[in-house]
Amino acid sequence: MKRSASTGDKERLKPRLGAGLWINRLVNAWNNRGLGPQLVAGLILTALWEAGVRLGGVPTFILPAPSQVVVSLVKNFPVIADHTRITLYEAMTGFVIAVLLSFVLAFIMDSVPVIKKALYPVLVISQTIPIITIAPLFVIWFGYGLLPKVIVVMLVCFFPMVVSFMAGLQGVDGEMYDLLKSMGASRMQIFRLLKLPGALPSLFSGMKISAAYSIMGAVIGEWLGARAGLGEFMRRSMHSFAVDKTFAAIIVITVLSLAVFEIIKLLEGWLMPWAKFSAREEQ
Amino acid sequence: MKKIEVTGISSRYEDLKVLEDISLYAEERELVSILGPSGCGKSTLFNIISGLIKPDAGRVLIDGQEYTGKPGRVSYMHQKDLLFPWRTIIDNVILPLVIRGEAIEKAREAADKYFPVFGLDGFQERYPSQLSGGMRQRAALLRAYMFKSDIMLLDEPFGGLDAITRRKMQQWLLQVIEKLGSTILFITHDIDEAIFLSDRIFLFTERPASVRRVFPVNIERPRGSKTFTSEQFNRLKESILEYL
Repeated sequence: MKRSASTGDKERLKPRLGAGLWINRLVNAWNNRGLGPQLVAGLILTALWEAGVRLGGVPTFILPAPSQVVVSLVKNFPVIADHTRITLYEAMTGFVIAVLLSFVLAFIMDSVPVIKKALYPVLVISQTIPIITIAPLFVIWFGYGLLPKVIVVMLVCFFPMVVSFMAGLQGVDGEMYDLLKSMGASRMQIFRLLKLPGALPSLFSGMKISAAYSIMGAVIGEWLGARAGLGEFMRRSMHSFAVDKTFAAIIVITVLSLAVFEIIKLLEGWLMPWAKFSAREEQ
Repeated sequence: MKKIEVTGISSRYEDLKVLEDISLYAEERELVSILGPSGCGKSTLFNIISGLIKPDAGRVLIDGQEYTGKPGRVSYMHQKDLLFPWRTIIDNVILPLVIRGEAIEKAREAADKYFPVFGLDGFQERYPSQLSGGMRQRAALLRAYMFKSDIMLLDEPFGGLDAITRRKMQQWLLQVIEKLGSTILFITHDIDEAIFLSDRIFLFTERPASVRRVFPVNIERPRGSKTFTSEQFNRLKESILEYL
């Protein structure tokens, strides 16, 4: 209530210029969805960047202005789209395999404590190895095709998911567990009725992080050796001082990462219809 | 023959004596309260009666049959409702039937007819977080009833509710048990609640818990809000207070 009143005041105070009014309307529309501050901050930063590059006379190959990046994105769109398709394919393949693998491994580690004890340190240590240093090895082993990229994506996505899946499975309410036991539930029933649905929130938070990472993982894989894909496109652009193209690819990568994040969020809302009620209660 | 009887139950947790030579019973369709300070081991007693833990000594008899250390014969309701937030109310209520392997549609039908009695009609498809505390406790009670209807152990079922809701729930429970015909063992640390609901009160001592004294409650039924201020009620309350 308070927020809409204050934007109303601002609207009255602003001069009724065509563009100003239009921006104002846009901001108000976003405001109704609670996105006003982010949008304004983004616009200001972009404007500063644009002004800095133009007024400072920075050459394009050092730092392109946002407008140049957009122009470059539009101009090179067909080429970028082709590379995007490949990157997206690698990222999604790696992500889906990582989801399946981490789910199976989390399930096994949750049901057999010995395996958890044995494997957990290995998993943690594996995360301390910088992926950039081993990714070139995959190129040597598996060539320039899709496989080494899919493996990088898998490695990047796997860990956050397996950790959050398992935390979810293990963080199950002990009293609810006893209740099911006292009703004579089998292990499988306890998993299906309590553990799995109880772990869904952490399962999805792991999936959201990994989905967003998956695009980056594919790009890293491509950067280190590929025939095509956004990473390869960026590397090539960088080497030919077409920094505007590199930035155009960054925009695509950002949009893709946010998109897969939002898709997982939609899936979450769809698979956890009760969550919206609990969220309301917390407010 | 007593509906449920425990004799000479003793239990220790590591070096700590928790229960000492406890004997109590309930006749068919009686509500019997176990009154004692919080943390005196009453919940351990319920775990033993429900068969989840074995006592170090003593026996649990139900309908004259030995049930010591055998789970699954009685239903058990906790202070926390323990409703699964991801299941609707009706799906929570049918959990015991689902575990028993009944078809979901059939289980829903079986549970649905109790919703009016439990004051939950119209809330079948809601999620627990959409219900008030009192309604959630009633749903938890219905779930316990769906598991085993003849003997129910209620462990401070209204302990987490505010005073007004608790009073309402007590009156509701009195009405509903007439219809349900269950034998109920009821743990509480609220003297008023114990007197208002019970046919008999077993007063427990502090740890290690033992039966201090048994009070028959001869206040006639039906009981109502006037019961709380009646002379009989106050006389019994006084004598219980003397033994605390």
